[in-house]
Amino acid sequence: MVDQRRDMGPRAQPSPFEVAEVGGEHYGKVRGRTQREIIWKRFKRHRLALVGGAILLLLYLAALATPVIAPYNFAEIDYTSFNQSPSLDHPMGTDRLGRDELTRVLYGGRISLALGLAVGVFSTVIGATFGIIAGYYSKVVDVLTMGFVDFMLTLPYIPLLLVMGSIFQFTAVTITIAMIILLWPRMARLVRGQVLVVRDQEYVQAAKAVGVSDVKIMLRHILPNVVGVMVVEATLIVALAILFESAISFLGLGIQPPTPSWGNLLTDARSNMIEQWWLTWFPGLMIVITALCVNFLGDGLRDALDPKAVE
Amino acid sequence: MFAYIVRKLLFSVVVLFMASVVFFVLVSLSGDPLLNLKQNPRIQQSDIERLTAEYGLDQPLPIQYGIWVGDMLHGDFGTSFEQSTSVNSIIARRIWPTVLLMGSSLIFTVAVAIPFGIYSAIKKYSALDNAGTFFSFVGYSMPTFWLGLILQLVLGVYLSSWAGVRIFYISGMTGSGGLIDLLQHLALPLITLSVISVAEFSRFQRSAMLDVLSSDYLRTARAKGLSRRVVYLKHALRNALLPTVTVVALSMGAIFGGAILTETVFAWPGLGFLLADSLFKGDYNVARALLMISAALIVFFNLVADIAYSLVDPRVSFD
Repeated sequence: MVDQRRDMGPRAQPSPFEVAEVGGEHYGKVRGRTQREIIWKRFKRHRLALVGGAILLLLYLAALATPVIAPYNFAEIDYTSFNQSPSLDHPMGTDRLGRDELTRVLYGGRISLALGLAVGVFSTVIGATFGIIAGYYSKVVDVLTMGFVDFMLTLPYIPLLLVMGSIFQFTAVTITIAMIILLWPRMARLVRGQVLVVRDQEYVQAAKAVGVSDVKIMLRHILPNVVGVMVVEATLIVALAILFESAISFLGLGIQPPTPSWGNLLTDARSNMIEQWWLTWFPGLMIVITALCVNFLGDGLRDALDPKAVE
Repeated sequence: MFAYIVRKLLFSVVVLFMASVVFFVLVSLSGDPLLNLKQNPRIQQSDIERLTAEYGLDQPLPIQYGIWVGDMLHGDFGTSFEQSTSVNSIIARRIWPTVLLMGSSLIFTVAVAIPFGIYSAIKKYSALDNAGTFFSFVGYSMPTFWLGLILQLVLGVYLSSWAGVRIFYISGMTGSGGLIDLLQHLALPLITLSVISVAEFSRFQRSAMLDVLSSDYLRTARAKGLSRRVVYLKHALRNALLPTVTVVALSMGAIFGGAILTETVFAWPGLGFLLADSLFKGDYNVARALLMISAALIVFFNLVADIAYSLVDPRVSFD
């Protein structure tokens, strides 16, 4: 694209959509939009993704501020108010020990949200690193890495997490690590597939021909072209991690009580599900809302980052 | 082609071998299988020593592994520490409920998801298609076990008390016996296990169908005057079914994972419930056998998907 800013003189840069006044010096000229502006414009069109992103932001803020905003202590037993249905004092009711369910859901959310983010980030970094290296070098490196990745991908997630849970007595940190170990191969396989497409493009060949180092080619020329699929897959991994944690904790092999997590709150809720319906609905709805927002966000990013999308 | 299949087969064997090592070591790490007996004051020390020798627990781990794999290759999964019967007989008793649940869920899923996916592609952005998109997002985002709990509450408890008669049972597999009774028990676990798969497969079928619908040969078929019906069902569907069949085969592992949770929530007496239970009780040989079965299930269906694809799609390369 021709740089149109050169002949704009001392005037301030126009907004992306501004067309210079008719008859003026810059008649009919529009400043080209940067990549970032194009992506943001496309993303904004996906309303559910915007809403999902906003809700997620709120949830993360609430998780950060939990010790300040939580109305009660999550372990505080109050025999004067056990098994109360939702009220103004206890918006999500109380459990059989009189503990405030909203407080417990907030504390459980800290674990789920932090774990989702950590698993998403670390699986992405590890998976993308191996994926790019395997795709770029092919031959022996590729065969070895992808052989291992294919092996990992045939392992059943839930049974393996259960076994690991029965060995390690999961804490928030160890269950996060276990999930990173199980989930990074997904990212590696996907990224490698994208790299294979990019690797043979002319600009990569050209960079090689002029003697750019391999590391620089991978970071400067290949990584930016696979970032789109990486981000979308990362959101899928975040949602999966949150769902897996709740499932493993629900089965009693994940986060252990008295530390609340959305999964083990639901284990508690089962013992008297019919009378104390609120204990089943609220933690479960939080899981669904969080995973749904993450998935909407991913869908919006998929549309926004798709290079083949038409304006 | 033949070489391709042989290579895939060999890879599958290697994967299963590696999986067996991983499972054996992990399960062995999870504690002492005779701990319950050792803590029981009524059990004699001599009995514990006898059992330790009988189960081969005094041998070093590699030897134990060798014996276990050797027996397994002869079709013997060993003895359950908990029930002191053979693992084979326990699995034989528990396998049919799982086959029934997973099989009926698969049939139900395919019967709902594929027609709906095709409809969504043909009537893209119609009200029903948009509803389907939203539903599938919710389906992806819902923990299987929580859906089970909610169905127990709403369709099991509230509906029954509203109707005055029991319509769906919320746990177990058989009551009074008979087909109607079985269906009353099966309905809720079946829905629980199927929702995520329906969400996934219907969206997949939709996008596969959309890919095919925009291809040149379909425009040609329409241009030469064939009816929509013939074009959609004969030309498009054939090509759009293959990717979905592959995805269904590849998601068997996830479906088994879902079955573990579904069976636990509904006390369905199958293999998934047994696996969760055996890990709790430290019943090692049962846990190992079930882990191997789930890995074998995944590897088998991966293989089927690969081979089916290579047989049907001439564009697959065998390098």
